[in-house]
Amino acid sequence: MAYLFTRPVSFIILLTLISVLLIVSSLFIGSVPLSFQTVWLSLFNPNAENASLIITELRLPRTLAAFATGALLAQAGALMQVLVRNPLADPYILGVSGGAATAVLIGMLLGLTSVFGLTGLAFIGAFIAMTLVFIIAHQKGSWTPTRLLLTGVVIAAGWGAAISLILTLSPASNLHGMLFWLMGDLSYSYSVSFAFTALVIGLVLSMLLSSQLNVLIRGDKLAATLGINLKQLHIKIYILASLLTAAAVVQAGSIGFVGFIVPHLIRLAGITDHRFLLPAASLGGGILVLVADTAARTIIEPQQLPVGIITALIGIPLFLYLLQRDAKQ
Amino acid sequence: MSLMSSKYLTVKIADTHVCEKLTLSFDADQSWAILGMNGCGKTTLLHTMAGLLPAHAGDIKLNNTNLNDLSRREIAQQVGLLLQHQEDHFPGTVLEAVLIGRHPHLKSWQWESENDKQLVFDALEQVGLNNFAQRPILTLSGGERQRVALATLLVQQTKVRLLDEPVNHLDIHHQHEVMKILTSNNDNITNVFVLHDVNLAAQYCNHALLIFGKGETVQGNSKDVLTEENLTKLYQHPIKEISLKNQRWFIAN
Repeated sequence: MAYLFTRPVSFIILLTLISVLLIVSSLFIGSVPLSFQTVWLSLFNPNAENASLIITELRLPRTLAAFATGALLAQAGALMQVLVRNPLADPYILGVSGGAATAVLIGMLLGLTSVFGLTGLAFIGAFIAMTLVFIIAHQKGSWTPTRLLLTGVVIAAGWGAAISLILTLSPASNLHGMLFWLMGDLSYSYSVSFAFTALVIGLVLSMLLSSQLNVLIRGDKLAATLGINLKQLHIKIYILASLLTAAAVVQAGSIGFVGFIVPHLIRLAGITDHRFLLPAASLGGGILVLVADTAARTIIEPQQLPVGIITALIGIPLFLYLLQRDAKQ
Repeated sequence: MSLMSSKYLTVKIADTHVCEKLTLSFDADQSWAILGMNGCGKTTLLHTMAGLLPAHAGDIKLNNTNLNDLSRREIAQQVGLLLQHQEDHFPGTVLEAVLIGRHPHLKSWQWESENDKQLVFDALEQVGLNNFAQRPILTLSGGERQRVALATLLVQQTKVRLLDEPVNHLDIHHQHEVMKILTSNNDNITNVFVLHDVNLAAQYCNHALLIFGKGETVQGNSKDVLTEENLTKLYQHPIKEISLKNQRWFIAN
């Protein structure tokens, strides 16, 4: 009992403390150095001065957007992994982010700007992308991990082509913004409060499924003999993962590998019960993207890199390593 | 008392005709052995009885309620199924893997109680895996993994236990330990074993169902059903019965 409960709880508390610490310290990092007093005053007593505007209009929204995006992606990844019973699944690798991004770009091309409209489109895109991968990979009986991944990668390449086409058709004035958004640039992110709302709702809904997820990871058949309605649960995870991906993509384009790196590290830390893994993955995803984004905007100051480049630098080697290790087993 | 019964049950899968209009009753305190050659549909029949596959025709009843009228959860509270293969794609502890056996008895937002955990520790002790609770599931040997699956079935505490080759991967000692655990102290419980070892069936099961293929089946008391003649026909291989210390043994010629 002690092991089952106290360890994961203290782990989550630790992640929460790290999150708060990083969110606060990221407010001090940037091309304009700001004192503690300035940051404090701008947060709790904002005024129209430049320093205050840098905090309230630039750094704080960006920090929170980064955190929320990472949390959304990590949660979507954890859910997809259970659904396909493969710890390598991720919204980006399976082409779900690509589908959502394509839909959002079409919306942008048509002049749509409302965050709800774009999220709705992103959800439709994510849902279509996931359905495509599943139908194609699931044709004969069960999914083999390689077949599913391969299908996802090929479909993702298809979305890539669709995205190139849309960019070619877009007016030059929009192109820079679209391109940076697409590569995971958080400086163009939309409503932060929207992202957090999606995150909280998503977390509550996935927590309601978490004890069923613990059963489902041991196999479809076993889960059915333990009283789980497979079809219903699959559809719920399916929709939830698409929604979480859509909310993340609308914020910051398609940032890759977060949904795969974070749950993997959390499991490595010994948190395998989904009632703990899901909140821990959300915090971990937030931390990863926040750190990656802070690095992206400071490494070659004042130039800014899209955050997707940093997560790819971590994600690709880890993915290849795991793929090779699993092939040996 | 009949815990599970079938009436005019016909089960077919692809080209395999498992049984035709089979009417049987698994009663309290009975242990059944289902015997037959590879691919005759033993597993399919077991999965149909557990409600995982639809029957071709006929009814299956659980305590006089039709299986189709029960939810998956209601079935899981009364029928447990030990699968032939265990799937492990994700890490986790033995404790976590066994605790999921309590799932059908918990409400969706209810945590496992101390009592549930005690059931897990007791079940692990029964299958000879004391002190395994914190072991990572992915580090277990085939036999240990099989016994973890059995512990999961035990904590499910069902009246009907369907077991697909429960002694798979087990050494001789553990084969007998497992058969003893399952067949002793089974108040108001019925066990249905799919077995390949006729002698385990003769020793531990008081009833047997033989599946000959093409829909033909024979059922009854083990004493009457497990005969040289039936088994020779069943396995299409000469089988001899010998008597040793008041116990019947079957050997393949």
